[in-house]
Amino acid sequence: MAETELTQDDVKHVAQLAMLTFEEQKLEHFTTQLDDILNLVETLNEVDTTDVPATFTVTENVNVLRTDTANNTHQGSELLANAPEAENGLIKVPAIIDESEEA
Amino acid sequence: MNFETTIGLEVHVEMKTNSKAFSPSPVEYGAAPNANTNVIDWGYPGVLPQANKGAIEFGMRAALALHATVAPSTHWDRKNYFYPDNPKAYQITENQQPIGQNGYLEIEVDGQTKRIGIRELHVEEDAGKNTHNPNGYSYVDLNRQGTPLIEIVSEADITSPDEAYAYLEALRQTIQFTGISDVKMEEGSMRVDANLSVRPIGQKEFGVKTELKNLNSFNYVRKGLEFEAKRQVQVLMAGGAIQQETRRYDEATGTTILMRVKEGAEDYRYFPEPDLAPLVISDEWVKEVQATLPEGAPARRKRYVNELGIEEYDAKVITQTLEMSDFFDATVKEGADAKRTANYLMGDVNAYMNDKKLELLETKLTPAHLAGMIKLIEDGTISTKQAKKVFKAIMEGQEPVAYVEANGLKQLSDPAVLQPIINEILDNNPQSIEDFKNGKDRAVGFLIGAIMKQTKGQANPIVVNQLLMTSLNAR
Amino acid sequence: MNYFETDLTQLHDQLVNKEISSVELTQATLANIKKTETNVNAFITVNDDAALAQAKAVDDKGIDATNLFSGIPIAIKDNILTKDILTTAGSKMLSNFKPVFDATATEKLYGQDAIMIGKTNMDEFAMGSTTETSYFNATKNAWDYTKVPGGSSGGSASAVASGEVLAALGTDTGGSIRQPAAFNGIVGLKPTYGRVSRWGLIAFGSSLDQIGQFTRTVRDNAAVLNIIAGHDQRDQTSSQREVPDYTANLTGDIKGMKIALPKEYLGEGISKEVKETILNAAKQFEAMGATVEEVSLPHSKYGVAAYYIIASSEASSNLQRFDGIRYGYRAKDAKNLNDLYVKSRTEGFGDEVKRRIMLGTFSLSAGSYDAFFKKAAQVRTLIVQDFQRVFEKYDLIMGPTTPTVAFNLGAKVEDPAEMYMNDVLTIPVNFAGLPGMSINAGFSEGLPVGMHLIAKHFDEASIYKAAYAFEQATQLFKQIPQVGGQK
Repeated sequence: MAETELTQDDVKHVAQLAMLTFEEQKLEHFTTQLDDILNLVETLNEVDTTDVPATFTVTENVNVLRTDTANNTHQGSELLANAPEAENGLIKVPAIIDESEEA
Repeated sequence: MNFETTIGLEVHVEMKTNSKAFSPSPVEYGAAPNANTNVIDWGYPGVLPQANKGAIEFGMRAALALHATVAPSTHWDRKNYFYPDNPKAYQITENQQPIGQNGYLEIEVDGQTKRIGIRELHVEEDAGKNTHNPNGYSYVDLNRQGTPLIEIVSEADITSPDEAYAYLEALRQTIQFTGISDVKMEEGSMRVDANLSVRPIGQKEFGVKTELKNLNSFNYVRKGLEFEAKRQVQVLMAGGAIQQETRRYDEATGTTILMRVKEGAEDYRYFPEPDLAPLVISDEWVKEVQATLPEGAPARRKRYVNELGIEEYDAKVITQTLEMSDFFDATVKEGADAKRTANYLMGDVNAYMNDKKLELLETKLTPAHLAGMIKLIEDGTISTKQAKKVFKAIMEGQEPVAYVEANGLKQLSDPAVLQPIINEILDNNPQSIEDFKNGKDRAVGFLIGAIMKQTKGQANPIVVNQLLMTSLNAR
Repeated sequence: MNYFETDLTQLHDQLVNKEISSVELTQATLANIKKTETNVNAFITVNDDAALAQAKAVDDKGIDATNLFSGIPIAIKDNILTKDILTTAGSKMLSNFKPVFDATATEKLYGQDAIMIGKTNMDEFAMGSTTETSYFNATKNAWDYTKVPGGSSGGSASAVASGEVLAALGTDTGGSIRQPAAFNGIVGLKPTYGRVSRWGLIAFGSSLDQIGQFTRTVRDNAAVLNIIAGHDQRDQTSSQREVPDYTANLTGDIKGMKIALPKEYLGEGISKEVKETILNAAKQFEAMGATVEEVSLPHSKYGVAAYYIIASSEASSNLQRFDGIRYGYRAKDAKNLNDLYVKSRTEGFGDEVKRRIMLGTFSLSAGSYDAFFKKAAQVRTLIVQDFQRVFEKYDLIMGPTTPTVAFNLGAKVEDPAEMYMNDVLTIPVNFAGLPGMSINAGFSEGLPVGMHLIAKHFDEASIYKAAYAFEQATQLFKQIPQVGGQK
């Protein structure tokens, strides 16, 4: 792991991926805090992990699968009722401004 | 300068399991909006995916049918991106370890057989459907969300739009014969993305590729690729450079239109799905699935030609769809003559389907009825002429034997009945006997015509011919 | 009434003998909660009317003498779904969210006729060690209202420690049950990963999350686990192993038990008083016939760093579903889809959640995956292997649950990196998926010191056996906070 120095632009890019935004003032504060955390995280550099496999789960289960039988809970309308906006059985969302329209 | 084209195809096929890939909601085309959805499909807080064994096994079937190696172990991964039809904002897929790798498909172009490599097959979940409306909103239906998909990625072995077309035809057929999908582009159960690059002949490295979307039929794939290859060559010849971009095929103009330029790889932040157990696929399991795999089209063709004496071309036509091939097999199994069955299916049945715009299984015809009619023809009970009436009846769902009985369509084949009629006609036509003896063959036709008239067309022409010749010679 | 001087068995007997009805018990519980809440703020939702209706139904049906939980009020952390009852995960994002189904753990408690008395406060989406990141204000430590209760299950811990309920469910991703149990001097157990179904738990770090329980006594704790543990088809990581009776081996006899004491757990950063208390506890175990030997878990010090990458990465993905489209908070006046996403999420999440989403998104992003996410997952392997080596020879690992006792409210809010070090002792257990408990081992300056007991996978029984012997020998559970909090 390289020494990472986080810039505000990095933070902006990550925020974009995460669908978040920060006001300028907060951005600076956040960048510092994230940088502190990354410094903490970089202690991992001390550990030699050559040929060490990664652990992504500790479940003991293997091949736990559901049999292919359908069960319709008929929850559609109940779930639509929870949606902030819905119309004619569909979830309503503001239009996507598609890049293709702009190109 | 001459250029060569390199094409890669990514095909997504919806698998017709009973339930979704990670939820028990039914998989069904054409249900009312959101009718087939539950809390998992909506990505509710607190839900967990429940992986479907059927989806894995269908994926294994596809891998086996395409001669791919089934992974001995695999796990699910998350592909992260925000979109309204992707409720969890991640798709569960197989990124690190596809279920199948290193397969191939044989295609035939201009009489040449060519092997196209299949790089990998991934089982994953489909997204819902997002419909854009000019009113400034879009509308989301999550019925399709979670439908299992198999993604089939070809090697860059395809070198022309015609080969791409042939590959898609062969792939559609192969997948259809595994029984895992209807593979209908018009219903979206088969979807194609293509990428294409050109390079001067002799150049080692591939050219910069563009990706094509909105290819809604095999024909559009071919046309889009043809256009794109020409466009790229033109750009390069004019001294320009190809940029890595996604282009949309425009059906109206037959051209491709820029959608977006790719800036580096999209950042999907893949990582192993922690909510699902990993999979270990034993040889036994693979064998079990192999045993459920229906006989593929090439094997069926071979069998039709070698065992049933069907012409090569006819065998190809019959195996174009799984329905037709299954129907053929079932009809032959009912005792019908294979050649006659093939002729009927390719001829009259096909014409009927085209005329009524029906799929084979949507007609009222059954293999038993078709076989019944063919057997009546074979044993001389009905003539081929009478069979035309019977055919109409069986296409309306009627039972052939009962129909023939009820409508007096039985052919007269009994010599005991026919001989007196023949004798009578010969007695009344001495001139014709004379003509026959003098070698005038026309006389025979006249006499048969008279016999048919007398029997209202029900006499079996073969039997009549035999009896008449014997009688004439005896006079 | 408060629950300081009773336990599940006693209350159950009173209910069976009709000395008290479930409605009366529920009413008294609600009254006490109302009084206590002004000080501790342990609950986000108190389930008044529905709880009383439920109690009445249980009374009408009759208390089941074979069922320890029949008619007994229990609290549930607010990231565990309760159908039709507000479930917020401590976030503005879900401040209006009423689930359409029950979590499996909730379902199992209802199945025992336990009374769902309310939903407890927590750090937003369980991200925090103090319950201060809750959208619904901080919870206070039951022993001292100026101190943090720990977190993220601070509401559940404080509710049990301040006598509001006898038992409460919590969740633990990096210490979120054990650390608040330590700070509040009660018994908190994080079961083995896969022991309790996660269906209906609002996910934080899916490979680490586990539901568990807080109680005053060891026996009560084991009794709750008996109910909530077990296989669930809806969670494909849930174990198919049979659930033993966890109350079966509470004999007080731990002769011959082999206990390991990792030297790293008493090293740098551990306060002197905490260290002394744990060494005393070790002597107590030895006095009861167990052996305690020093061992080493050399990679445990890297746990925090690896944890913040892995848990945050998983969280960044798990929390993407909160987008303002299908449920939960939706920002007003969004111009387009992207705007709706960004505004709803920016307005709906608090700072700590955003920090972790950012860290996780960064760790998984192109160019960072190998150096951060994968590296952390490799270090995780080494931590798992450390434990495996120790458990080849020992039945149990003991140590402190936290480096210090509860600290002042607000003390670490602005320094996330320091805050994260709080979980240094608990995180490795989540990494390995092992069961771990915190139980009170004594006091330092009037605040409880938690002892951490860790066992092999699915060997919660050994933890209960040792904890029970210790509890009975020390009788520490009889010490109760001065209600009113201040000394």
